[in-house]
Amino acid sequence: MKKKLAVLGLAATMMMSLFAGCGGKGTSGGKDASADKGSVYYLNFKPEADAQWQELAKIYEEETGVKVTVVTAASGQYETTLKSEMGKSECPTLFQVNGPVGLASWKDYCADLSDTEVYKQLTSEDFALKDGDKVAGIGYVIESYGIICNKKLLAEAGYSMDDIKNFADLKKVAEDITARRDELGFDAFTSAGMDGSSDWRYKTHLANLPVYYEYQADGINNTKAIKGTYLDNYRQIWDLYINNSTTDPKQLSVKTGDDAVAEFVAGKAVFYQNGTWAYSDISSVGDENLGMLPIYIGVDGEENQGLCTGTENYWCVNAKASEADIKATEDFMAWLATDDTALKAICGSQGAMPSGADGMGFVTPFKKNLESDNLLVNIASQYVADGKTPVSWNFTTMPSETWKNEVGSALTVYASDQTDANWDLVKKAFVEGWATESQAAGN
Amino acid sequence: MEKAVKKYWPIFLLPTMAAFLIGFIIPFIEGIYLSFCNFTTIKDAKFVGIQNYIEAFKDSNFLGSFKFTTLFAIVSLVLINVLAFLVALALTQNIKGKNIFRTVFFMPNLIGGIVLGYVWQLIFDGIFVKFDTALKLNETLGFWGLVILVGWQQIGYMMIVYIAGLQAIPGDIQEAAMIDGATRMQRLFKITIPNMMPSITICTFLTITNSFKLFDQNLALTGGEPLHKTEMLALNIYSTFYGRVGAEGVGQAKAVVFFIIVVAIGLLQLKLTRDKEVQQ
Repeated sequence: MKKKLAVLGLAATMMMSLFAGCGGKGTSGGKDASADKGSVYYLNFKPEADAQWQELAKIYEEETGVKVTVVTAASGQYETTLKSEMGKSECPTLFQVNGPVGLASWKDYCADLSDTEVYKQLTSEDFALKDGDKVAGIGYVIESYGIICNKKLLAEAGYSMDDIKNFADLKKVAEDITARRDELGFDAFTSAGMDGSSDWRYKTHLANLPVYYEYQADGINNTKAIKGTYLDNYRQIWDLYINNSTTDPKQLSVKTGDDAVAEFVAGKAVFYQNGTWAYSDISSVGDENLGMLPIYIGVDGEENQGLCTGTENYWCVNAKASEADIKATEDFMAWLATDDTALKAICGSQGAMPSGADGMGFVTPFKKNLESDNLLVNIASQYVADGKTPVSWNFTTMPSETWKNEVGSALTVYASDQTDANWDLVKKAFVEGWATESQAAGN
Repeated sequence: MEKAVKKYWPIFLLPTMAAFLIGFIIPFIEGIYLSFCNFTTIKDAKFVGIQNYIEAFKDSNFLGSFKFTTLFAIVSLVLINVLAFLVALALTQNIKGKNIFRTVFFMPNLIGGIVLGYVWQLIFDGIFVKFDTALKLNETLGFWGLVILVGWQQIGYMMIVYIAGLQAIPGDIQEAAMIDGATRMQRLFKITIPNMMPSITICTFLTITNSFKLFDQNLALTGGEPLHKTEMLALNIYSTFYGRVGAEGVGQAKAVVFFIIVVAIGLLQLKLTRDKEVQQ
């Protein structure tokens, strides 16, 4: 009996030490040597920029001796990854939220950044995400989207970009191309794929326009109950997209983002709705052939509308990390916003990385931002220089992921059978869904 | 020998028990606790009482997915077990190359659910494109697509269990029945099936719980489209958990309800089939 107890006791102590081992590691950060310097753990949102971040992390580590770990979440899996990573003892010190709605779930984790160098580097207050007086997030990339078009094909069809100044023009051109598709050998729009890799272009980005115009009309910038004033316009543009594309509207549910890129690059369609981030995918079309149009949806005065420009990428520092780690992370962010090598890597495109690889090609809102050689970015700046009004990114106020998904499924159903009854599903998801979701999310 | 086991059992048992405790019991209890909380990560839970359960039952999609899952479980239970049994019967006869057939039937089970889901989606949509429709547009197609996919994956596995059961039936009983003049059908229903009850218990248990827990295949094949009509319980829980800010607790509450349903059905089924098992 005594022996049995002893064995039990031994096993118990072994287990205790096992637990203690785990716990101890979590609190002390595990490494005494670098404890004073802290370390950085960046959970990156953009899979397309993963290699560049890994390289920057290595450079920073060499320069300063502070360890920087970069982990990239798979496309569309950021929130999921963030939730599980945050639950671990070695949690991200630098992460990102996508705007006010994202902030609502993470605000307890966001440190106040108002005294940091990176905040002072912002060219405008607008690029900071605020929670009351607290600066919770720092926008680090400004992006624009619209309808990318192939000017060469457009010319073959007998038009130029100057012919398209509003929705009616766009409709006329698109429908004319569709009518002559056999003769021309291409279509107006690339497939509006509703697969998960592509549906965000419509359920989120395109849906931004009716939301934007409603906010403008009502003079607000957020709401708990959307009215759907411009839903008819949303339907117009969606109809135009799906009925003048390379793909039968019934087959859209299986089309992916890659399909649309492939069609555009192969010259099978003139128009492709996407943003500045897509430049590297489509640059093989040739800079001289690429242009970008605002997304016109048939609202009065839209001749003056520019591209949709904004950010849904805000850096946040984990307030629950240790003090040394927070300090290290703030230093890392300051370095990114001010150091020449780092900025070159972030803003530059071809060969901008010290290793010779391509840079990230971002436009940053920082004072030291560099000229970009991303053509689409320059087109976007040209619109602003021409006095067009950029459309802000109001989709960051969409109440939840569920809302977007519901609108997306309804759009797919409507595309397969374009009846008024099916459009009512979209309306319901849009208007009623907004109310229920913002109530459920409690913000 | 026996004495040694009596003396040192903790050394053999404790590591497993510790793993079970850390990997299952603790997360399970924490999970139940979290279903009564409002939380973003598991470290900052705030107790809110049964609010999450009320929300969970108010969600019409949850009830819809329960119906869909039940229907799916019944259909796949019958289909998988009948087909697996027939294949097992066929492959215990003296036919040429039966080992190759067994391997071939078993192989789909070695492929992961997500991969299977995408592959079958391509196959189905490749066919449906001719009929001007797609898997994600039609709930009936989605349902049968799932049944076919899961059947294809699981029949081979259940077949192996049945083959093992068939081979364990003593030949002399069959022989005695044959001498007594029992027909093929009589032998099947009076001798083979009653002796197979342990295998049937295992297989029905596995198919029912697998159907209720089905997630990867559902996610990859239809993703719940159109409009949540092909969404099964596990997928519904997943999309609730990650779908909106502050709904993690509701997702957790649904998961606890889900657990209770699966356990209840599993136990009921075990009791029903166990009663029919015979002693050899």
